[in-house]
Amino acid sequence: MNDIAIELKGIDKKFGLVHANKNINLSVRKGTIHGIIGENGAGKSTLMSILYGFYQADNGDIFVDGRKTVIRDPNAAIAAGIGMVHQHFMLVENFTVLENIMLGAEESQILNAGITKARQELKRLEQEYELEVDPDAIIEELPVGLQQRVEILKALYRGAEILILDEPTGVLTPAEADHLFRILEQLKEQGKTILLITHKLREIMAVTDEVSVMRRGEMVATRTTAETSVEELAELMVGRHVLLHVEKGPASPGEVMLSVENLTVRDSRGVDMVRNVSFNVRAGEIVGIAGVAGNGQSELLQAISGIRRAVTGKVLLQGEPIHVTGKADPSELRHRGLAHVPEDRQHMGLVLKFDESENSILGYHDDPKYLKGMFLDIDAIRKDATNKIEKYDIRPPNPRLKTANFSGGNQQKIVLAREMERDPAVLVIGQPTRGVDVGAIEFIHKRIIEMRDAGKAVLLVSVELDEIRSLADRVLVMFDGRIVGERAPDTSEGELGLLMAGVEDTKEAAQ
Amino acid sequence: MEYFDTLIVILQSTVRVSVPLILAALAGLYSERAGIFDIGLEGKMLAAAFAGGAAASVYGSALVGLGAAVFVSVCLALVHGFASITQRGNQIVSGVAINFIALGATVILGQAWFRQGGRTPQLGEGERFTTVELPFAAELADIPVLGSIYSNLLSGHFLLTYFAFALVPFTWWVLYRTRFGLRLRAVGENPGAVDTAGISVIWLRYRAVICCGILCGIAGAYLSMAMTAGFVKGMTAGKGFIALAALIFAKWKPVNVMFACLLFGFLDAMSIRMQGNSLPLIGEVPVQFMQALPYILTVILLAGFIGKAIPPRAGGVPYVKER
Repeated sequence: MNDIAIELKGIDKKFGLVHANKNINLSVRKGTIHGIIGENGAGKSTLMSILYGFYQADNGDIFVDGRKTVIRDPNAAIAAGIGMVHQHFMLVENFTVLENIMLGAEESQILNAGITKARQELKRLEQEYELEVDPDAIIEELPVGLQQRVEILKALYRGAEILILDEPTGVLTPAEADHLFRILEQLKEQGKTILLITHKLREIMAVTDEVSVMRRGEMVATRTTAETSVEELAELMVGRHVLLHVEKGPASPGEVMLSVENLTVRDSRGVDMVRNVSFNVRAGEIVGIAGVAGNGQSELLQAISGIRRAVTGKVLLQGEPIHVTGKADPSELRHRGLAHVPEDRQHMGLVLKFDESENSILGYHDDPKYLKGMFLDIDAIRKDATNKIEKYDIRPPNPRLKTANFSGGNQQKIVLAREMERDPAVLVIGQPTRGVDVGAIEFIHKRIIEMRDAGKAVLLVSVELDEIRSLADRVLVMFDGRIVGERAPDTSEGELGLLMAGVEDTKEAAQ
Repeated sequence: MEYFDTLIVILQSTVRVSVPLILAALAGLYSERAGIFDIGLEGKMLAAAFAGGAAASVYGSALVGLGAAVFVSVCLALVHGFASITQRGNQIVSGVAINFIALGATVILGQAWFRQGGRTPQLGEGERFTTVELPFAAELADIPVLGSIYSNLLSGHFLLTYFAFALVPFTWWVLYRTRFGLRLRAVGENPGAVDTAGISVIWLRYRAVICCGILCGIAGAYLSMAMTAGFVKGMTAGKGFIALAALIFAKWKPVNVMFACLLFGFLDAMSIRMQGNSLPLIGEVPVQFMQALPYILTVILLAGFIGKAIPPRAGGVPYVKER
């Protein structure tokens, strides 16, 4: 009996000069959950795209169930029983669940006959795998957890025996992620084979049977999950020893630097996203705001940094009010000592088509030290950028390179260098390590702690609970626009997770 | 009764001028629903009108004319498709280019072939489309109101007119009840979803563009071989753009498209009717104002009265597989 579901032999793929996959060998046993872990850009997604027929390998063979299979397009992959749940869902947002599931598997030219059949089949799948979802719901009205369920159903509807999930938990709450893992366990029990792509070590340890590690386009190791450790995997991923836990001493909070009182903020649709929020951040402490994406953290950050007008409430910066309900001017706030690292660096933090040096002064370009009369002093700017590059270990160290050509982690370092080097009194940071490699995460975390120890007030917003717990001195949990609780950072993940899901009185719930 | 007769005449004329608008707007609908914006409707219609008029007069057959019109329009549509689907070029630039090519080439070829100042020869019997009378139209004409509506408004149109109106529910059916329609709508919203479902985005979009070409061809043939008897330079006179406005106005929905085109057609019919006549109280309205009215109306209505017109999400964006 053949118990290998998928075998890759010598897969090689180049994109121009980038060698994305170098001679990859991989075997995945049937009926297991096999994790593939690696940093961003290690080639995991490319490898899976080759398996799903999105790209063709330059070299190498794919064996499905022991048979050599040529996968020229997604159709061939589907025919070979391979299904994929993409990181960015491949759903038509204004279609119904049923229409999305049928797309590409409609059975006949005229839809009616297929619809009845699809409904029945969907009902059967729902029951078999406990994947309930309303077939007539419109996708964009569903929460992301359910959208992902639709993606899984789509694959199962096409008869997938092998399911690839690419970074499936990036958008999920801890509870939703746990639910997903239960679904995966169930699928495994039914004999499906699952390939789980992730850069989160915790997930690998939680659900996989075996794990393969990729680094810089190469497959560096395969381990049985039960026989390996987080530390070993992290080291394999990065290629050197990594500190997973940030070392930090106790905080010594000073006076209140940022004070938010009864702040209410509406989004562009007129929905109250931040409701009557109040808190303080003191000098020399990191206040972390935990919460699932979309619970008002973004709007809170935007109001504090003067990008979005608040409806009511007050914000005091070093005791002086910020005109948050009227025309707060972000550049004025910057001069008053508030530095802001926006959540979405590519859209709000950087101009990707600019040189690194230009981005490194963005927003501070009117500082006399960058100017020569009414013109920019290019030499001074480049020199300044070179200093920052050195200090923040930005790679490649070239201030004239277009910012789009830096990796996510290095782009983030450009933004951090710009904001931190201004020596602000208050640092407001959104999602400091979203899409950033393990190695760079370590560096960024260290810097944030250094800022705290230098007596800055740091407000940190992140959807990564681990990050909040390891960095923050106090944790505020946001749900549905409100702060639903304050906890110490060593509070259990379960309790914080419940708060994030809107279950109040976690103490009772935990008992 | 006099007012009623006037109304029937205006409505009859509304139907007549709405037909090319409906055909062109539906053509645009197929293309844009698939994510290929097309401002080249005008050019395709014009080229088709010329090809229809020229072929019909040379070969003496209306059907050959229609075939030539559709052929030329589909060819231009494929050029647009090649530029925007295969070469991933800018769809607006490609559309503008087609408009200019059509505007210039029809006059040059017309002058070179027929030497009538860019016109094609006047089409005679059998070389152009004729109107059809519905059964009993003459007998029922005398019945007040209903008879008049039947024999003057519903009867006496070209077959193409009935075809255009039948195409409206047919397009709705195709979009919402067939596999092709489901995929067409999907590819205009999220081509990635279509690609990962194992369907070729490129082939699907080409088919949409071909549908667009066929319908623009028929619209052009209607202009030079039904509404008039021969091609005159620049005879589309912005109808392609009005069709585009109607399409946006109708939020890319087939039945709405028909009503929008009828509304614009009605304004057009009014402007013809009003020439030289003066309105009570207002006096004589400049004909230019009436001609500009569809555009003004589009701007005003889009600015707030009908809510946001959300185009297909992937519209105008060439599909590139992401890495």
